[in-house]
Amino acid sequence: MFHIYCPHCAEYREEEEFHAKGQAHIARPLDPEACSDKEWGEYLFFRKNPRGLHHELWVHAAGCRKFFNMTRDTQTYEIKEVYKIGEQPSVVAE
Amino acid sequence: MQQYSGFGLLKHSLSHHENWQRVWRNPTPKKKYDVIIIGGGGHGLATAYYLAKEHGVTNVAVIEKGYLGGGNTARNTTIVRSNYLWDEAAHLYEHAMGLWEGLSQDLNYNVMFSQRGVLNLGHTLQDMRDIERRVNANRLNGIDGEVLDPKQIKEIVPHMDCSENTRYPIMGASWQPRGGVARHDAVAWGFARGADAYGVDLIQQTEVTDLIIEDGTITGVKTNRYGDIMADRVGSVVAGNSGVVAKMAGFDLPLESHPLQALVSEPIKPILDTVVMSNHVHGYVSQSDKGDLVIGAGIDGYNGYGQRGSYPTIEHTIQAIVELFPIFSRVRMNRQWGGIVDTCPDACPIISKTPVKNLFFNCGWGTGGFKATPGSGNVFAASLAKGEMHPLAEPFSMFRFHNGALIDEHGAAGVAH
Repeated sequence: MFHIYCPHCAEYREEEEFHAKGQAHIARPLDPEACSDKEWGEYLFFRKNPRGLHHELWVHAAGCRKFFNMTRDTQTYEIKEVYKIGEQPSVVAE
Repeated sequence: MQQYSGFGLLKHSLSHHENWQRVWRNPTPKKKYDVIIIGGGGHGLATAYYLAKEHGVTNVAVIEKGYLGGGNTARNTTIVRSNYLWDEAAHLYEHAMGLWEGLSQDLNYNVMFSQRGVLNLGHTLQDMRDIERRVNANRLNGIDGEVLDPKQIKEIVPHMDCSENTRYPIMGASWQPRGGVARHDAVAWGFARGADAYGVDLIQQTEVTDLIIEDGTITGVKTNRYGDIMADRVGSVVAGNSGVVAKMAGFDLPLESHPLQALVSEPIKPILDTVVMSNHVHGYVSQSDKGDLVIGAGIDGYNGYGQRGSYPTIEHTIQAIVELFPIFSRVRMNRQWGGIVDTCPDACPIISKTPVKNLFFNCGWGTGGFKATPGSGNVFAASLAKGEMHPLAEPFSMFRFHNGALIDEHGAAGVAH
């Protein structure tokens, strides 16, 4: 069971209040019409899947309902840090 | 290979069962093979078996970092069915179903395949519309299926609460009588024994640490115990670790690895002689021959390689099972475990050529790979033997995520693994 610190509520809450929403920091192509099929397919479907540090988007679904980012180890499940949308992580995955 | 039979059992009983032949050899690898298969789980061993049996390619090595069938083959809930919605997926899984039906005889190994039927419950109007559509699609594809109402379900599973007094009353179900369960370990062991008998080398406790790629063509693999082993063709069948092997080859796969967990109860007397699954309340249950209830849960929402699942997921699953079967509320759970499933965005596998020549991938089976074990191995073996994808495997190319030809099986794959 994760104990997750919500940066908006400034409190630790249990995992059940949160939902993982996949990889963080995915930038939508500025001009989708100009993308090749490969570029557009990779934007839509290809996600990082590291065994190790991973930047993820989470939502405090049963709490403040706001989104935030988390850096977590997918092997040990250790949460390295949480930070708000728009901020950059201080612990960076390779 | 020593044939197993009733007579053999009798004969060996006279010598206190001390003289049985070893089931497979434990060889030192050669310097070069025609085909190397990375990953000695069910799918990898089935691939090796059919390569040798149907294509005469016996100069094959299966390289496994742990022990045979020790990953997801040992961790699933052993359910077999083929009632998928879309033609491409239905044909592939039905191909597997055909092989399941003769597998014990073919392997001379009892895989305990039991066609006890699979129920997929519907609890909402939309569930029932989806079930009607899927069953009709199945029948057009020659796959058995029926839509049942609660009264008919009650006849099949009398202990289930089919009344209207539950939070999510059962409105109906799809029923595939040819579906069922098989003994997961026996499947891996049967294929391993069969492949070994044809001369395939099964190399255990050996990890592939890198791929040897020259001018965009794979020529071999590096291992931690035996150095470089060369090969004309390499097939990667490593489930949750596919992303790791793809990274060695220098390309990405559209896969995310999630923990998926299951649990078994203490053994109880026979009470459930079919497989019950529900997408809506999110759980599935069957009873093994030993008597324990085999219960499966959903995946954890986050990516993970930890081979363990989270507690909230167990709680949700048990809630669903107890809602369906109030009689199970005091059954105690014995064990719980997790496996790492490589999920694809469209809930269908990847059986494909790759940007690296002579390197083939079979992965992305996500939550439902066990049922496809013989079919997956069969079509992947044909593809490795010929260098061209088997017609049934062709729609499952990894390049479908660039051209948009996805096969959306979220409905049929859903929770119903």
